[in-house]
Amino acid sequence: MKKLPLYILLTAGAIAMIYPLLWLIGASFKSNDEIFSSAWFVPQSLDLSVYARAWRTVTPHTMGHYFVNTFLIIIPKTVFTVVSSVLVAYGFARFDFPLKRLFFALLMGSMFMPAIVTVMPLYMLWSRLGLHDTYVPLTLPALFAAEGAFVFMLVQFFRGVPREFDEAARIDGCGSLRLLVYILVPCIRPVIVSITVFTFLWTMNDFLTPLIMISSVEKYPLSLILRLSADSTGDGYEQRKIIAMSVIGLIPSVAVFAAAQKKFISGITAGGLSG
Amino acid sequence: MKKRSYRNPVGVGKYTGLWLIMPFIIGFAAFTLYPFAASFVLGLTDSDGVHTARFIGADNFTDMLASSELRGAVWTTLKYTLILVPLKLAVSLLAAVLLNSEIKGIGVYRTIFYVPSILGSSLAIVIMWQFLFTSGGLADQLMGLVGLPSVGWYGSSTGAMAMIVLLRLWEFGSAMILFLNALRDIPAEYYEAARVDGCGRVRAFFRITLPLLGRVIFLNLVLQTIAAMQEFSAPYMITGGGPMKSTYTIGMLIYDEMFRYHNAGYANAVSWAFFVLVTGVVLVLFAVTRRRREEDV
Repeated sequence: MKKLPLYILLTAGAIAMIYPLLWLIGASFKSNDEIFSSAWFVPQSLDLSVYARAWRTVTPHTMGHYFVNTFLIIIPKTVFTVVSSVLVAYGFARFDFPLKRLFFALLMGSMFMPAIVTVMPLYMLWSRLGLHDTYVPLTLPALFAAEGAFVFMLVQFFRGVPREFDEAARIDGCGSLRLLVYILVPCIRPVIVSITVFTFLWTMNDFLTPLIMISSVEKYPLSLILRLSADSTGDGYEQRKIIAMSVIGLIPSVAVFAAAQKKFISGITAGGLSG
Repeated sequence: MKKRSYRNPVGVGKYTGLWLIMPFIIGFAAFTLYPFAASFVLGLTDSDGVHTARFIGADNFTDMLASSELRGAVWTTLKYTLILVPLKLAVSLLAAVLLNSEIKGIGVYRTIFYVPSILGSSLAIVIMWQFLFTSGGLADQLMGLVGLPSVGWYGSSTGAMAMIVLLRLWEFGSAMILFLNALRDIPAEYYEAARVDGCGRVRAFFRITLPLLGRVIFLNLVLQTIAAMQEFSAPYMITGGGPMKSTYTIGMLIYDEMFRYHNAGYANAVSWAFFVLVTGVVLVLFAVTRRRREEDV
Protein backbone atom coordinates (compact mmCIF):
# COMPACT_ATOMS: atom_id res chain seq x y z
CA MET A 1 0.00 0.00 0.00
CA LYS A 2 2.79 2.39 -0.92
CA LYS A 3 0.34 4.37 -3.01
CA LEU A 4 -2.07 5.09 -0.18
CA PRO A 5 -0.72 8.53 0.85
CA LEU A 6 -0.87 9.61 -2.79
CA TYR A 7 -4.48 8.48 -3.09
CA ILE A 8 -5.38 10.31 0.10
CA LEU A 9 -3.78 13.55 -1.13
CA LEU A 10 -5.39 13.25 -4.55
CA THR A 11 -8.80 12.50 -3.10
CA ALA A 12 -8.59 15.43 -0.70
CA GLY A 13 -7.67 17.66 -3.64
CA ALA A 14 -10.44 16.26 -5.78
CA ILE A 15 -13.00 16.95 -3.07
CA ALA A 16 -11.85 20.56 -2.78
CA MET A 17 -12.19 20.86 -6.55
CA ILE A 18 -15.59 19.34 -6.90
CA TYR A 19 -17.40 20.01 -3.61
CA PRO A 20 -18.36 23.64 -4.38
CA LEU A 21 -20.06 22.40 -7.55
CA LEU A 22 -21.91 19.61 -5.74
CA TRP A 23 -22.91 22.13 -3.10
CA LEU A 24 -24.26 24.43 -5.83
CA ILE A 25 -26.42 21.67 -7.28
CA GLY A 26 -27.64 20.68 -3.81
CA ALA A 27 -28.34 24.29 -2.83
CA SER A 28 -30.63 24.71 -5.83
CA PHE A 29 -33.12 22.49 -3.95
CA LYS A 30 -32.69 24.12 -0.54
CA SER A 31 -34.72 26.82 1.15
CA ASN A 32 -32.91 29.99 2.21
CA ASP A 33 -32.72 28.68 5.79
CA GLU A 34 -31.34 25.32 4.78
CA ILE A 35 -28.64 26.88 2.56
CA PHE A 36 -27.21 28.67 5.56
CA SER A 37 -27.68 25.97 8.15
CA SER A 38 -26.00 22.95 6.62
CA ALA A 39 -22.64 22.51 4.91
CA TRP A 40 -23.66 19.10 3.61
CA PHE A 41 -24.63 19.31 -0.04
CA VAL A 42 -27.52 16.81 -0.11
CA PRO A 43 -30.83 18.67 0.25
CA GLN A 44 -33.61 17.54 2.60
CA SER A 45 -36.13 17.29 -0.19
CA LEU A 46 -35.93 17.19 -3.94
CA ASP A 47 -38.34 19.73 -5.38
CA LEU A 48 -37.67 20.02 -9.10
CA SER A 49 -40.20 22.81 -9.60
CA VAL A 50 -37.51 25.37 -8.78
CA TYR A 51 -35.95 24.58 -12.14
CA ALA A 52 -39.22 25.36 -13.89
CA ARG A 53 -39.29 28.71 -12.09
CA ALA A 54 -35.64 29.38 -12.85
CA TRP A 55 -36.23 28.57 -16.52
CA ARG A 56 -38.78 31.41 -16.70
CA THR A 57 -36.09 33.93 -15.51
CA VAL A 58 -36.89 37.43 -14.26
CA THR A 59 -37.45 38.72 -17.79
CA PRO A 60 -40.33 38.13 -20.24
CA HIS A 61 -38.20 35.46 -21.97
CA THR A 62 -37.33 31.96 -20.83
CA MET A 63 -33.79 30.69 -20.47
CA GLY A 64 -34.32 28.88 -23.77
CA HIS A 65 -34.31 32.28 -25.44
CA TYR A 66 -30.94 33.13 -23.89
CA PHE A 67 -29.53 29.75 -24.85
CA VAL A 68 -30.46 30.50 -28.45
CA ASN A 69 -28.77 33.91 -28.18
CA THR A 70 -25.63 32.31 -26.79
CA PHE A 71 -25.51 29.77 -29.60
CA LEU A 72 -26.09 32.50 -32.19
CA ILE A 73 -22.80 33.91 -30.95
CA ILE A 74 -20.92 30.67 -30.32
CA ILE A 75 -21.61 28.82 -33.57
CA PRO A 76 -20.40 31.45 -36.07
CA LYS A 77 -17.54 32.38 -33.75
CA THR A 78 -16.33 28.80 -33.51
CA VAL A 79 -16.54 28.18 -37.27
CA PHE A 80 -14.77 31.48 -38.02
CA THR A 81 -12.07 30.77 -35.47
CA VAL A 82 -11.30 27.27 -36.72
CA VAL A 83 -11.20 28.21 -40.42
CA SER A 84 -9.13 31.38 -40.03
CA SER A 85 -6.71 29.91 -37.50
CA VAL A 86 -6.06 26.85 -39.68
CA LEU A 87 -5.38 28.98 -42.78
CA VAL A 88 -3.01 31.31 -40.95
CA ALA A 89 -1.19 28.50 -39.16
CA TYR A 90 -0.81 26.63 -42.47
CA GLY A 91 0.77 29.73 -43.97
CA PHE A 92 3.25 30.05 -41.12
CA ALA A 93 4.05 26.36 -40.88
CA ARG A 94 4.47 25.39 -44.52
CA PHE A 95 5.43 28.47 -46.52
CA ASP A 96 8.23 30.94 -46.71
CA PHE A 97 7.37 34.55 -47.49
CA PRO A 98 8.56 38.13 -47.01
CA LEU A 99 8.42 39.48 -43.44
CA LYS A 100 7.48 36.06 -42.07
CA ARG A 101 9.50 36.50 -38.90
CA LEU A 102 8.05 39.92 -38.21
CA PHE A 103 4.48 38.67 -38.57
CA PHE A 104 5.14 35.67 -36.38
CA ALA A 105 6.60 37.93 -33.71
CA LEU A 106 3.49 40.13 -33.91
CA LEU A 107 1.32 37.04 -33.55
CA MET A 108 3.16 36.01 -30.40
CA GLY A 109 3.06 39.56 -29.09
CA SER A 110 -0.70 39.83 -29.60
CA MET A 111 -1.14 36.89 -27.23
CA PHE A 112 0.20 39.07 -24.43
CA MET A 113 -1.97 42.10 -25.20
CA PRO A 114 -4.36 42.77 -22.31
CA ALA A 115 -7.93 42.70 -23.64
CA ILE A 116 -8.97 45.64 -21.52
CA VAL A 117 -6.68 47.98 -23.47
CA THR A 118 -8.31 47.28 -26.81
CA VAL A 119 -11.89 46.85 -25.70
CA MET A 120 -12.80 50.52 -25.37
CA PRO A 121 -11.57 51.89 -28.68
CA LEU A 122 -13.22 48.87 -30.31
CA TYR A 123 -16.45 49.64 -28.49
CA MET A 124 -16.34 53.18 -29.85
CA LEU A 125 -15.50 51.91 -33.33
CA TRP A 126 -18.40 49.45 -33.38
CA SER A 127 -20.77 52.12 -32.04
CA ARG A 128 -19.76 54.52 -34.76
CA LEU A 129 -20.38 51.79 -37.36
CA GLY A 130 -23.83 51.32 -35.84
CA LEU A 131 -23.03 47.72 -34.93
CA HIS A 132 -23.16 48.18 -31.19
CA ASP A 133 -25.82 45.95 -29.63
CA THR A 134 -25.52 43.37 -32.43
CA TYR A 135 -23.54 40.13 -32.41
CA VAL A 136 -21.12 41.41 -35.06
CA PRO A 137 -18.55 42.74 -32.55
CA LEU A 138 -18.65 39.40 -30.75
CA THR A 139 -18.26 37.17 -33.80
CA LEU A 140 -16.64 39.03 -36.69
CA PRO A 141 -13.15 39.39 -35.16
CA ALA A 142 -12.97 35.58 -35.07
CA LEU A 143 -12.76 35.61 -38.89
CA PHE A 144 -9.30 37.11 -38.55
CA ALA A 145 -7.49 34.54 -36.43
CA ALA A 146 -7.98 36.75 -33.40
CA GLU A 147 -6.75 34.13 -30.94
CA GLY A 148 -2.98 33.98 -31.40
CA ALA A 149 -2.67 31.05 -29.01
CA PHE A 150 -4.71 28.82 -31.34
CA VAL A 151 -2.57 29.71 -34.34
CA PHE A 152 0.54 28.99 -32.34
CA MET A 153 -0.82 25.62 -31.23
CA LEU A 154 -1.78 24.70 -34.81
CA VAL A 155 1.65 25.70 -36.13
CA GLN A 156 3.23 23.28 -33.65
CA PHE A 157 0.95 20.52 -34.89
CA PHE A 158 1.50 21.23 -38.57
CA ARG A 159 5.23 20.97 -37.97
CA GLY A 160 4.64 17.52 -36.52
CA VAL A 161 3.18 16.28 -39.82
CA PRO A 162 6.01 14.97 -42.06
CA ARG A 163 6.74 17.12 -45.12
CA GLU A 164 6.87 13.96 -47.23
CA PHE A 165 3.06 13.96 -47.10
CA ASP A 166 3.04 17.36 -48.81
CA GLU A 167 5.61 16.31 -51.39
CA ALA A 168 3.77 13.14 -52.30
CA ALA A 169 0.50 15.02 -52.66
CA ARG A 170 2.09 17.74 -54.77
CA ILE A 171 3.66 15.18 -57.11
CA ASP A 172 0.16 13.82 -57.60
CA GLY A 173 -0.89 17.31 -58.67
CA CYS A 174 -2.47 18.52 -55.46
CA GLY A 175 -2.57 22.31 -55.03
CA SER A 176 -1.85 24.15 -51.78
CA LEU A 177 -5.47 24.37 -50.63
CA ARG A 178 -6.43 20.82 -51.55
CA LEU A 179 -3.33 19.60 -49.78
CA LEU A 180 -4.48 21.42 -46.67
CA VAL A 181 -8.07 20.20 -46.76
CA TYR A 182 -7.52 16.57 -47.77
CA ILE A 183 -4.15 15.71 -46.29
CA LEU A 184 -3.18 17.99 -43.43
CA VAL A 185 -6.47 18.78 -41.73
CA PRO A 186 -7.28 15.10 -41.15
CA CYS A 187 -3.84 14.72 -39.53
CA ILE A 188 -4.45 17.47 -37.00
CA ARG A 189 -8.03 16.66 -36.08
CA PRO A 190 -7.36 16.46 -32.29
CA VAL A 191 -6.17 20.10 -32.16
CA ILE A 192 -9.17 21.21 -34.14
CA VAL A 193 -11.37 19.54 -31.54
CA SER A 194 -9.43 21.33 -28.78
CA ILE A 195 -9.82 24.70 -30.48
CA THR A 196 -13.52 24.15 -30.98
CA VAL A 197 -13.99 23.22 -27.32
CA PHE A 198 -11.88 26.13 -26.07
CA THR A 199 -13.74 28.62 -28.23
CA PHE A 200 -17.02 27.21 -26.98
CA LEU A 201 -16.02 27.40 -23.32
CA TRP A 202 -14.37 30.81 -23.49
CA THR A 203 -17.32 32.29 -25.33
CA MET A 204 -19.71 30.69 -22.88
CA ASN A 205 -17.73 32.22 -19.99
CA ASP A 206 -16.99 35.57 -21.57
CA PHE A 207 -18.54 38.34 -19.57
CA LEU A 208 -16.70 41.59 -20.30
CA THR A 209 -17.24 41.74 -24.08
CA PRO A 210 -21.01 41.13 -24.10
CA LEU A 211 -21.37 43.37 -21.03
CA ILE A 212 -19.89 46.21 -23.02
CA MET A 213 -21.27 45.49 -26.48
CA ILE A 214 -24.81 44.24 -25.83
CA SER A 215 -27.27 46.63 -24.24
CA SER A 216 -30.76 45.29 -24.90
CA VAL A 217 -31.92 42.58 -22.55
CA GLU A 218 -33.57 40.44 -25.22
CA LYS A 219 -30.19 40.06 -26.95
CA TYR A 220 -28.33 39.06 -23.78
CA PRO A 221 -26.31 35.84 -23.76
CA LEU A 222 -26.54 33.54 -20.74
CA SER A 223 -23.75 35.21 -18.77
CA LEU A 224 -25.50 38.57 -18.79
CA ILE A 225 -28.91 37.21 -17.90
CA LEU A 226 -27.32 35.55 -14.89
CA ARG A 227 -25.86 38.86 -13.83
CA LEU A 228 -29.19 40.60 -14.29
CA SER A 229 -30.92 37.98 -12.17
CA ALA A 230 -28.24 38.05 -9.49
CA ASP A 231 -28.49 41.83 -9.31
CA SER A 232 -32.27 41.87 -9.02
CA THR A 233 -32.35 39.58 -6.00
CA GLY A 234 -33.10 41.39 -2.78
CA ASP A 235 -33.75 40.30 0.78
CA GLY A 236 -36.26 37.51 1.13
CA TYR A 237 -35.70 36.56 -2.47
CA GLU A 238 -35.72 32.87 -3.19
CA GLN A 239 -32.00 32.17 -3.38
CA ARG A 240 -32.34 28.74 -4.91
CA LYS A 241 -33.88 30.21 -8.04
CA ILE A 242 -30.71 32.09 -9.01
CA ILE A 243 -28.68 29.07 -7.94
CA ALA A 244 -30.77 26.86 -10.22
CA MET A 245 -30.23 29.34 -13.06
CA SER A 246 -26.49 29.10 -12.48
CA VAL A 247 -26.66 25.31 -12.60
CA ILE A 248 -28.60 25.47 -15.88
CA GLY A 249 -26.03 27.95 -17.18
CA LEU A 250 -23.19 25.52 -16.47
CA ILE A 251 -24.79 22.55 -18.23
CA PRO A 252 -23.62 23.32 -21.80
CA SER A 253 -19.99 23.74 -20.75
CA VAL A 254 -20.02 20.57 -18.68
CA ALA A 255 -21.73 18.64 -21.50
CA VAL A 256 -19.27 19.80 -24.14
CA PHE A 257 -16.32 19.11 -21.89
CA ALA A 258 -17.61 15.65 -21.01
CA ALA A 259 -18.31 14.77 -24.65
CA ALA A 260 -14.96 15.94 -25.98
CA GLN A 261 -12.93 15.21 -22.87
CA LYS A 262 -10.62 12.49 -24.19
CA LYS A 263 -9.75 14.11 -27.50
CA PHE A 264 -9.67 17.52 -25.91
CA ILE A 265 -7.16 16.63 -23.23
CA SER A 266 -4.96 14.81 -25.74
CA GLY A 267 -5.11 17.88 -27.98
CA ILE A 268 -3.98 20.27 -25.28
CA THR A 269 -1.44 17.98 -23.73
CA ALA A 270 0.24 17.50 -27.07
CA GLY A 271 0.04 21.14 -28.13
CA GLY A 272 0.76 22.75 -24.81
CA LEU A 273 -1.99 25.35 -24.72
CA SER A 274 -3.81 26.51 -21.66
CA GLY A 275 -6.87 28.54 -20.83
CA MET B 1 22.57 43.19 -50.10
CA LYS B 2 22.07 39.59 -51.01
CA LYS B 3 18.64 38.79 -52.25
CA ARG B 4 16.87 36.38 -49.97
CA SER B 5 15.58 33.25 -51.60
CA TYR B 6 12.35 31.75 -50.39
CA ARG B 7 12.26 28.04 -49.78
CA ASN B 8 8.93 26.88 -51.07
CA PRO B 9 7.72 23.81 -52.97
CA VAL B 10 8.05 23.96 -56.77
CA GLY B 11 5.29 26.06 -58.27
CA VAL B 12 4.56 27.97 -55.06
CA GLY B 13 5.34 31.68 -55.22
CA LYS B 14 6.76 33.70 -52.37
CA TYR B 15 3.41 35.42 -51.79
CA THR B 16 1.28 32.29 -51.28
CA GLY B 17 2.11 32.20 -47.58
CA LEU B 18 1.41 35.88 -47.26
CA TRP B 19 -2.05 35.38 -48.74
CA LEU B 20 -2.74 32.58 -46.30
CA ILE B 21 -1.87 34.71 -43.29
CA MET B 22 -3.82 37.68 -44.66
CA PRO B 23 -6.68 37.17 -42.15
CA PHE B 24 -4.18 37.61 -39.35
CA ILE B 25 -2.61 40.72 -40.91
CA ILE B 26 -6.01 42.38 -41.38
CA GLY B 27 -7.21 41.30 -37.95
CA PHE B 28 -4.04 42.47 -36.26
CA ALA B 29 -4.30 45.87 -37.91
CA ALA B 30 -8.00 46.27 -37.16
CA PHE B 31 -8.36 44.71 -33.72
CA THR B 32 -4.98 45.17 -32.09
CA LEU B 33 -2.98 47.92 -33.78
CA TYR B 34 -5.90 50.26 -34.41
CA PRO B 35 -7.38 50.14 -30.90
CA PHE B 36 -3.91 50.41 -29.43
CA ALA B 37 -3.22 53.61 -31.36
CA ALA B 38 -6.77 54.91 -30.94
CA SER B 39 -6.54 54.38 -27.23
CA PHE B 40 -3.52 56.63 -27.04
CA VAL B 41 -5.07 59.35 -29.21
CA LEU B 42 -8.37 59.26 -27.28
CA GLY B 43 -6.35 59.51 -24.12
CA LEU B 44 -5.22 62.96 -25.25
CA THR B 45 -8.81 64.20 -25.55
CA ASP B 46 -11.75 64.97 -23.28
CA SER B 47 -13.98 62.54 -25.21
CA ASP B 48 -17.11 61.34 -23.45
CA GLY B 49 -17.97 58.89 -26.22
CA VAL B 50 -20.87 61.01 -27.48
CA HIS B 51 -19.89 64.63 -28.14
CA THR B 52 -17.06 65.83 -30.32
CA ALA B 53 -13.84 65.40 -28.43
CA ARG B 54 -11.44 68.25 -27.74
CA PHE B 55 -7.69 67.78 -27.76
CA ILE B 56 -6.39 68.47 -24.27
CA GLY B 57 -2.81 67.31 -24.53
CA ALA B 58 -1.38 65.32 -21.66
CA ASP B 59 -3.97 66.52 -19.12
CA ASN B 60 -5.44 63.05 -18.62
CA PHE B 61 -2.01 61.65 -17.96
CA THR B 62 -1.14 64.33 -15.42
CA ASP B 63 -4.58 63.89 -13.77
CA MET B 64 -3.86 60.20 -13.59
CA LEU B 65 -0.55 60.68 -11.81
CA ALA B 66 -2.22 62.95 -9.28
CA SER B 67 -5.19 60.64 -8.66
CA SER B 68 -5.13 58.84 -5.34
CA GLU B 69 -7.94 56.58 -6.53
CA LEU B 70 -5.77 55.34 -9.39
CA ARG B 71 -2.79 54.87 -7.11
CA GLY B 72 -5.02 52.80 -4.86
CA ALA B 73 -6.22 50.67 -7.78
CA VAL B 74 -2.67 50.11 -9.03
CA TRP B 75 -1.58 49.07 -5.56
CA THR B 76 -4.59 46.74 -5.14
CA THR B 77 -3.94 45.14 -8.52
CA LEU B 78 -0.26 44.60 -7.82
CA LYS B 79 -0.98 43.25 -4.34
CA TYR B 80 -3.57 40.85 -5.74
CA THR B 81 -1.15 39.70 -8.45
CA LEU B 82 1.70 39.23 -5.99
CA ILE B 83 -0.47 37.12 -3.70
CA LEU B 84 -2.27 35.08 -6.33
CA VAL B 85 0.41 34.22 -8.88
CA PRO B 86 3.01 32.55 -6.60
CA LEU B 87 0.25 30.61 -4.82
CA LYS B 88 -1.27 29.48 -8.09
CA LEU B 89 2.07 28.38 -9.51
CA ALA B 90 2.91 26.44 -6.34
CA VAL B 91 -0.47 24.73 -6.15
CA SER B 92 -0.61 23.86 -9.84
CA LEU B 93 2.93 22.49 -9.78
CA LEU B 94 2.21 20.39 -6.71
CA ALA B 95 -0.99 19.05 -8.29
CA ALA B 96 0.85 18.30 -11.54
CA VAL B 97 3.55 16.36 -9.69
CA LEU B 98 0.92 14.31 -7.87
CA LEU B 99 -1.06 13.73 -11.05
CA ASN B 100 2.01 12.69 -13.00
CA SER B 101 2.08 9.27 -11.34
CA GLU B 102 0.77 6.33 -13.31
CA ILE B 103 -1.66 4.85 -10.81
CA LYS B 104 -5.10 3.39 -11.31
CA GLY B 105 -7.86 5.92 -11.86
CA ILE B 106 -5.42 8.80 -12.42
CA GLY B 107 -7.38 9.93 -15.50
CA VAL B 108 -10.42 10.63 -13.35
CA TYR B 109 -8.36 12.70 -10.91
CA ARG B 110 -6.81 14.66 -13.79
CA THR B 111 -10.25 15.46 -15.16
CA ILE B 112 -11.62 16.53 -11.77
CA PHE B 113 -8.66 18.81 -11.09
CA TYR B 114 -9.16 20.40 -14.48
CA VAL B 115 -12.92 21.01 -14.22
CA PRO B 116 -12.87 24.27 -12.19
CA SER B 117 -10.68 25.98 -14.76
CA ILE B 118 -13.03 24.86 -17.56
CA LEU B 119 -16.02 26.48 -15.90
CA GLY B 120 -13.57 29.07 -14.67
CA SER B 121 -14.53 32.62 -15.24
CA SER B 122 -18.16 31.77 -15.97
CA LEU B 123 -20.63 33.99 -14.22
CA ALA B 124 -22.42 31.02 -12.72
CA ILE B 125 -19.24 30.17 -10.82
CA VAL B 126 -18.87 33.74 -9.63
CA ILE B 127 -22.45 33.65 -8.33
CA MET B 128 -21.68 30.33 -6.64
CA TRP B 129 -18.70 31.93 -4.95
CA GLN B 130 -20.89 34.76 -3.68
CA PHE B 131 -23.12 32.22 -1.99
CA LEU B 132 -20.29 30.15 -0.59
CA PHE B 133 -18.90 33.14 1.25
CA THR B 134 -22.04 34.96 2.38
CA SER B 135 -22.27 35.16 6.12
CA GLY B 136 -23.34 31.72 7.36
CA GLY B 137 -22.51 30.16 3.97
CA LEU B 138 -20.45 27.06 3.30
CA ALA B 139 -17.10 28.78 3.95
CA ASP B 140 -18.21 29.98 7.38
CA GLN B 141 -19.69 26.60 8.22
CA LEU B 142 -16.47 24.82 7.30
CA MET B 143 -14.47 27.26 9.40
CA GLY B 144 -16.93 26.54 12.23
CA LEU B 145 -16.33 22.80 11.87
CA VAL B 146 -12.64 23.25 12.61
CA GLY B 147 -13.39 25.70 15.39
CA LEU B 148 -12.48 28.97 13.67
CA PRO B 149 -14.64 32.09 14.04
CA SER B 150 -16.55 33.55 11.10
CA VAL B 151 -14.36 35.88 9.09
CA GLY B 152 -16.96 38.28 7.74
CA TRP B 153 -15.66 37.86 4.22
CA TYR B 154 -17.45 40.83 2.69
CA GLY B 155 -16.89 43.20 5.60
CA SER B 156 -13.11 43.17 5.89
CA SER B 157 -10.61 44.08 3.23
CA THR B 158 -8.53 40.97 3.95
CA GLY B 159 -11.61 38.74 3.71
CA ALA B 160 -12.73 40.30 0.44
CA MET B 161 -9.29 39.94 -1.10
CA ALA B 162 -9.07 36.36 0.16
CA MET B 163 -12.39 35.46 -1.48
CA ILE B 164 -11.22 36.58 -4.90
CA VAL B 165 -7.77 35.05 -4.54
CA LEU B 166 -9.35 31.74 -3.49
CA LEU B 167 -11.70 31.77 -6.49
CA ARG B 168 -8.87 32.23 -8.96
CA LEU B 169 -6.65 29.81 -7.06
CA TRP B 170 -9.35 27.16 -7.31
CA GLU B 171 -9.09 27.48 -11.10
CA PHE B 172 -5.45 26.43 -11.35
CA GLY B 173 -6.16 23.72 -13.95
CA SER B 174 -4.78 25.47 -17.02
CA ALA B 175 -1.42 26.17 -15.38
CA MET B 176 -1.44 22.60 -14.10
CA ILE B 177 -1.89 21.16 -17.61
CA LEU B 178 1.19 22.99 -18.85
CA PHE B 179 3.22 21.62 -15.94
CA LEU B 180 1.85 18.13 -16.48
CA ASN B 181 2.97 18.19 -20.12
CA ALA B 182 6.44 19.31 -19.19
CA LEU B 183 6.70 16.67 -16.45
CA ARG B 184 5.82 13.94 -18.91
CA ASP B 185 8.73 14.98 -21.09
CA ILE B 186 11.27 14.35 -18.33
CA PRO B 187 12.77 10.90 -18.96
CA ALA B 188 12.13 8.44 -16.12
CA GLU B 189 15.81 7.39 -16.33
CA TYR B 190 16.83 10.64 -14.65
CA TYR B 191 14.91 9.70 -11.55
CA GLU B 192 16.11 6.10 -11.59
CA ALA B 193 19.71 7.25 -11.82
CA ALA B 194 19.13 9.64 -8.94
CA ARG B 195 17.56 6.90 -6.83
CA VAL B 196 20.47 4.58 -7.47
CA ASP B 197 22.74 7.35 -6.21
CA GLY B 198 20.68 7.53 -3.02
CA CYS B 199 18.79 10.70 -3.83
CA GLY B 200 15.42 11.01 -2.06
CA ARG B 201 12.18 12.10 -3.65
CA VAL B 202 12.15 15.61 -2.28
CA ARG B 203 15.74 16.21 -3.31
CA ALA B 204 15.05 14.75 -6.73
CA PHE B 205 12.22 17.25 -7.09
CA PHE B 206 14.45 20.24 -6.30
CA ARG B 207 17.52 18.98 -8.15
CA ILE B 208 15.95 17.42 -11.25
CA THR B 209 12.32 18.40 -11.73
CA LEU B 210 12.45 22.08 -10.87
CA PRO B 211 15.50 22.99 -13.02
CA LEU B 212 14.07 21.09 -16.00
CA LEU B 213 10.77 22.92 -15.67
CA GLY B 214 12.41 26.35 -15.86
CA ARG B 215 10.87 27.37 -19.15
CA VAL B 216 7.33 26.27 -18.43
CA ILE B 217 7.44 27.89 -14.99
CA PHE B 218 8.38 31.10 -16.72
CA LEU B 219 5.62 30.72 -19.32
CA ASN B 220 3.04 30.15 -16.58
CA LEU B 221 4.43 33.05 -14.60
CA VAL B 222 3.96 35.43 -17.52
CA LEU B 223 0.52 34.13 -18.53
CA GLN B 224 -0.83 34.14 -14.99
CA THR B 225 0.61 37.57 -14.22
CA ILE B 226 -1.05 39.10 -17.27
CA ALA B 227 -4.35 37.42 -16.44
CA ALA B 228 -4.23 38.47 -12.78
CA MET B 229 -3.44 42.08 -13.59
CA GLN B 230 -6.54 42.24 -15.79
CA GLU B 231 -8.88 40.88 -13.12
CA PHE B 232 -12.31 42.41 -13.55
CA SER B 233 -15.29 40.09 -13.35
CA ALA B 234 -14.66 38.59 -9.91
CA PRO B 235 -14.37 41.87 -7.98
CA TYR B 236 -17.04 43.42 -10.18
CA MET B 237 -19.58 40.73 -9.33
CA ILE B 238 -18.51 39.52 -5.90
CA THR B 239 -17.30 42.50 -3.91
CA GLY B 240 -18.11 45.46 -6.16
CA GLY B 241 -14.54 46.56 -5.49
CA GLY B 242 -15.18 46.99 -1.75
CA PRO B 243 -15.04 47.21 1.14
CA MET B 244 -13.39 50.61 1.01
CA LYS B 245 -12.00 49.92 -2.48
CA SER B 246 -9.84 47.13 -1.11
CA THR B 247 -10.59 44.96 -4.16
CA TYR B 248 -10.94 47.81 -6.65
CA THR B 249 -8.66 46.72 -9.49
CA ILE B 250 -7.43 48.74 -12.45
CA GLY B 251 -9.81 46.77 -14.66
CA MET B 252 -12.75 47.96 -12.56
CA LEU B 253 -11.52 51.53 -12.55
CA ILE B 254 -11.23 51.61 -16.34
CA TYR B 255 -14.71 50.10 -16.70
CA ASP B 256 -16.25 52.59 -14.27
CA GLU B 257 -14.60 55.62 -15.86
CA MET B 258 -15.78 54.53 -19.29
CA PHE B 259 -19.27 53.19 -18.70
CA ARG B 260 -20.39 54.73 -15.43
CA TYR B 261 -18.88 58.20 -15.56
CA HIS B 262 -18.48 58.38 -19.35
CA ASN B 263 -14.96 59.76 -19.16
CA ALA B 264 -13.86 58.01 -22.36
CA GLY B 265 -10.75 60.16 -22.75
CA TYR B 266 -9.53 59.52 -19.23
CA ALA B 267 -10.47 55.82 -19.38
CA ASN B 268 -8.42 55.39 -22.53
CA ALA B 269 -5.48 57.22 -21.04
CA VAL B 270 -5.62 54.89 -18.05
CA SER B 271 -5.90 51.77 -20.17
CA TRP B 272 -2.96 52.86 -22.26
CA ALA B 273 -0.90 53.52 -19.17
CA PHE B 274 -2.07 50.15 -17.91
CA PHE B 275 -0.72 48.50 -21.04
CA VAL B 276 2.63 50.16 -20.38
CA LEU B 277 2.49 48.89 -16.79
CA VAL B 278 1.72 45.29 -17.86
CA THR B 279 4.47 45.40 -20.47
CA GLY B 280 6.81 46.79 -17.85
CA VAL B 281 6.00 44.00 -15.43
CA VAL B 282 6.50 41.38 -18.14
CA LEU B 283 9.85 42.92 -19.11
CA VAL B 284 10.91 42.88 -15.46
CA LEU B 285 9.97 39.19 -15.31
CA PHE B 286 12.09 38.55 -18.40
CA ALA B 287 15.02 40.49 -16.98
CA VAL B 288 14.90 38.90 -13.54
CA THR B 289 14.71 35.35 -14.85
CA ARG B 290 17.08 35.90 -17.73
CA ARG B 291 20.17 34.31 -16.28
CA ARG B 292 18.27 31.29 -15.06
CA ARG B 293 16.55 30.81 -18.38
CA GLU B 294 19.79 30.99 -20.28
CA GLU B 295 21.21 28.33 -18.04
CA ASP B 296 18.58 25.77 -18.86
CA VAL B 297 18.40 26.27 -22.62
